[in-house]
Amino acid sequence: MSLEVDINHPLAGFELRVAFEAPGGVTALFGQSGAGKTTVINAIAGLLRPQAGRIALSGETLFDANARINLPVHRRRLGYVFQDGRLFPHLSVRQNLTYGQRFAPRGSSGPALEEVADLLGLSSLLDRRPGALSGGEKQRVACGRALLSRPRMLLMDEPLAALDAARKEEILPYLERLRDQSGLPILYVSHSVAEVARLATTVVVLEAGRVARAGPAEQVLSDPAMVRQLGLREAGAVLPAEIARHHADGLTELAVSGGTLFLPRMDQPEGTRTRVRILAHDVMLATEPPRNISALNILRGEIVALREGGGPGVMAQVQCGSDRLLARVTRRSADALGLGTGKQVYAVIKTVSIARTDVGAG
Amino acid sequence: MTDWLGPEEWQAVALSLKVSLWAIGLSLPLGILTAYALARWRFPGKQFLNGVIHLPLILPPVVTGYLLLLTFGRRGPVGGLLEEWFGLIFAFRWTGAALAAAIMAFPLMVRAIRLAIEAVDPKLEQAAATLGAPRLWVFATVTLPLILPGVIAGAILGFAKAMGEFGATITFVSNIPGQTQTLPSAIYTFLQVPGGDAAALRLVAVSVVVAMAALAVSEILARRAAKRVSGA
Repeated sequence: MSLEVDINHPLAGFELRVAFEAPGGVTALFGQSGAGKTTVINAIAGLLRPQAGRIALSGETLFDANARINLPVHRRRLGYVFQDGRLFPHLSVRQNLTYGQRFAPRGSSGPALEEVADLLGLSSLLDRRPGALSGGEKQRVACGRALLSRPRMLLMDEPLAALDAARKEEILPYLERLRDQSGLPILYVSHSVAEVARLATTVVVLEAGRVARAGPAEQVLSDPAMVRQLGLREAGAVLPAEIARHHADGLTELAVSGGTLFLPRMDQPEGTRTRVRILAHDVMLATEPPRNISALNILRGEIVALREGGGPGVMAQVQCGSDRLLARVTRRSADALGLGTGKQVYAVIKTVSIARTDVGAG
Repeated sequence: MTDWLGPEEWQAVALSLKVSLWAIGLSLPLGILTAYALARWRFPGKQFLNGVIHLPLILPPVVTGYLLLLTFGRRGPVGGLLEEWFGLIFAFRWTGAALAAAIMAFPLMVRAIRLAIEAVDPKLEQAAATLGAPRLWVFATVTLPLILPGVIAGAILGFAKAMGEFGATITFVSNIPGQTQTLPSAIYTFLQVPGGDAAALRLVAVSVVVAMAALAVSEILARRAAKRVSGA
């Protein structure tokens, strides 16, 4: 199951020219507001007709300007979760959830209402009206509604953008379960690096209507060349990890390819595969093994790239095992330590800086 | 009630109700379609259609009545064909009164429904389409329930207009007791004969009661529909 997109469309101020492929898993379409993300997702859903190009899902053409193919929205079978929920106000939660069920092709498999209600924690809300739901509940119903229409793929347009931080935290675990249990490919539009780092397996970075970078999430998010698009404060690496041991002193030991990391106690059992995100400004570099230091997490690595920004900072990419960390240090320090490509360094990561909320199952 | 109103008066009231109900009942689906087209579709001649629909509102009713007579009279281009094909005769029949009432009420009805449709967020209809619903289904399950208060308001407004229609009706189908003498025509007739004041006054009272009842019913229905729609 893969989605191929190659479209051109004029937008106010610039021309959208986007080509990418979304394999299975969660593909994040990342970019600042106005980069053309919503235009792309609407074109895929069929809500907008691109001027030129082609869109295909698993070989089936949804849109082809040259061949004059434009499958109508209701026959594309793509579940769309909108930023603003768009629940039907005159229908109950149950009726909202089952709205698309009758249109699913006969014999198509998919979860039943009870399973979806369980998965998204909606069982107690089924008889309510959308007007009586909180923002987070509404978005969960919107996800369930899309899921129950038995789509071939889920499209999510910033489903969390309208929610406050607490509500986001409430929904993210549900989205992770959705990703891991539904097996549906998801195209996830977002301008939040934290969400992308937590959910995405593939990242497509959109900038002013062009694809600036596309690839596996770990690679794209750890690419120092992407710092400008991701934002300096949000720049950081995403590392696959496995919970190795829960220690008695409340720490959890994680195995990453370059060594071990310690985090405050995590709930998942030992052996669980997970992902950690390490922000570039939480990483210090040393050229010798640091001693007498309170930080527990020190990974040995080699600098593979050094990228100077416009300010006093330098972004260093450090190869630790098979993963790459990002570290942001001052140019002064970089000069003093003689940092350069090929240099052996020790990356010092403060335990507390690996934020719990940035740890997602994957 | 029947002994309170004389037989002729009762006839006029019953005829008016029959004419108005038929007029609104038959023109409502067309009114919803027209309102939807004006609110949502883009097509050539849209402004022209809008103008034609509103014409009865601006033209003197007598003019509308005369135009109806010219078009739908037994020798008129449309009236002649309708009689030939379906045996449907409008001129000087209650059916003609219903046609006149429908045409006079149409712009009011369309206006109310159009406002309701414009208030429905097209994004909800888009969402329904992404769930696999074809257009007609989206209209029936999303748009129509959401505009129901507006449809009720439009229908009642049209009904009230139809009950009160006088100028076009009397011009088109005249004032034949039991056939085309509607409530306003009857009031007019009673006022023309000496000693008819009492009968006229009784019919005026009936008019007021019917109008108030229609308003009350529409309020209740619209409130109930609005409550359903608000999703609380």
